[in-house]
Amino acid sequence: MSKVWHYGDDINTDMLFPGKYTYSCSTAEQILPHLLEDLDPGFATGVRPGDFLLAGKNFGCGSSREQPALGLKAAGVEAVVAKSYARIFYRAAVNQGLLLIESPEAVEAYKEGDEVRLDATAGTITVGGQSFSFPSLPEAILAIRNAGGLLPYARAKLRVRV
Amino acid sequence: MGKTFAEKILARKSGRDALRPGEIVTVRPDRLLSHDNTAAIVAKIAVDLVEFGPARKDMHVVVLDHVVPAATEKDAENHKAIRRYVQRYGVEHFFDVGTGVCHQVMVEKGLALPGDLIVGSDSHTCMYGALGAFATGIDRTEAAALILTGETWLKVPESIRIDLSGGLSPGVTAKDLILSLIGRLGADGANYQCVEFHGAAELSIDERLTVANMGIEMGAKAAAFEVDARTVEYLDSIGVRRDGYEPVWADSDAEYSRRMDFDLSTLGPVVAKPHTVDNVVSVEEVEGTPIDQCVLGTCTNGRASDFELAASILKGKQIASGTRLLLLPASREVLRRAIASGAIDALLAAGGTLLPTGCGPCLGAHQGVLAAGERCLSTSNRNFRGRMGCAKAEIFLASPATVAASAIHGRISDPRKEIK
Repeated sequence: MSKVWHYGDDINTDMLFPGKYTYSCSTAEQILPHLLEDLDPGFATGVRPGDFLLAGKNFGCGSSREQPALGLKAAGVEAVVAKSYARIFYRAAVNQGLLLIESPEAVEAYKEGDEVRLDATAGTITVGGQSFSFPSLPEAILAIRNAGGLLPYARAKLRVRV
Repeated sequence: MGKTFAEKILARKSGRDALRPGEIVTVRPDRLLSHDNTAAIVAKIAVDLVEFGPARKDMHVVVLDHVVPAATEKDAENHKAIRRYVQRYGVEHFFDVGTGVCHQVMVEKGLALPGDLIVGSDSHTCMYGALGAFATGIDRTEAAALILTGETWLKVPESIRIDLSGGLSPGVTAKDLILSLIGRLGADGANYQCVEFHGAAELSIDERLTVANMGIEMGAKAAAFEVDARTVEYLDSIGVRRDGYEPVWADSDAEYSRRMDFDLSTLGPVVAKPHTVDNVVSVEEVEGTPIDQCVLGTCTNGRASDFELAASILKGKQIASGTRLLLLPASREVLRRAIASGAIDALLAAGGTLLPTGCGPCLGAHQGVLAAGERCLSTSNRNFRGRMGCAKAEIFLASPATVAASAIHGRISDPRKEIK
């Protein structure tokens, strides 16, 4: 069963990835050991591919640093489910191909120990037996995610132009 | 139906007639800003740059400011890689170590103009709204793609209209205004939205810069002020030609998601307590809290007028023993002005320590990192846990007047008591 990492409101980017490392850690290998360091010291060693991260409102607020999104994607986090997201983090996640689900209901429904399952095609997230649907992304954004992130998307566009 | 500032500027930049909130448009930004993160950005596209080259040489502005001068060999290598990129690809706007904090440099060098669309891989890019630009933060990967393609997508935001009235009382500053607003709206109160400030004629350009800088602390995509006589006077003073920009402003009948009236004369000094910026209380509530380190400066409050205000309070006095006062000018230009006015001398005589212009302790990389259990009172824009390098330290945010008054006593103090 995939693990659910559950946190509160206003989780900022300093808690997700401390600012003191932003100019020395840019790659996934460098980022992973410090991921969520000041929020949950057990996360970096405990997270496994397929895990979920649940949080309250305004997840990812603060700095524009992309290491949180890049790190969570590299750690194999299946999706972040939050009540709402700060906008720069939201863009960063799209650009990394990390799935963000905005569902206050799903977060409210979660109780410690509940299993979380995702059906991305159907657009539903199941929390402890209760199912919640989430809307599909606008086409312009979906195209970036489907390309595997913004850089593969931009390269494909440039190749067409040449 | 009238249009908001955001609707108008994004329509102009996307070549569309009219836009509604929620629409996604492709835009070609006038400027892309990056700083010490430039090396990490261009490393993502090293091969693509060789193949395609940058889309435009005049778009990218690079400012070294975050860890300057280099604190470690790694930082030095990072700066070196950035200089190599700048030279190799002919980046037209490059500012090396010591010019200033990127946001202040953008403003001073006339690279953020009314009617411009600016994106930057730094969250406080929203500061240029003070001059009537639509400016917003992006991540590194997006900056990398922009270097290659020169374009990106933006969702047309809804807007919040704030109507200011009255004037600030002595000892109360624009920092108290924006902290009070963030306290009222909450850290996500303006998420995804553009915040328009109306009725701001009384606020100086420096004060508007402080307010717009912190728009992101309530989640705003952008913050904006109307271009008026003060804006034009400022742009004249830095040598920007009047035909070099085209201001945009909201129609009087534009539609807003929310409207708020804000009477400046009702405001008093406030402090944001750890560990969120919206944890705002009146200075009286925290008066007497012992402080180990005071930070005066940063891109939020590091302009000459900020140092002059602090100097007017600290002149002829000494900071309390056991308290340190760090001075962090937002740019070399600011420092020269604050030296010429005598403000820096007064602050040094009072016991201040002058740091090189740059981001310094604000992001916890060097020059004023805190120890466990220490408490810092700062004019910067974030008090997140760990922000100044130590997760067991506490950061309080306040105005330059409050920081200056508190430095005298080594405790959080009401600046109104220090003003004659």
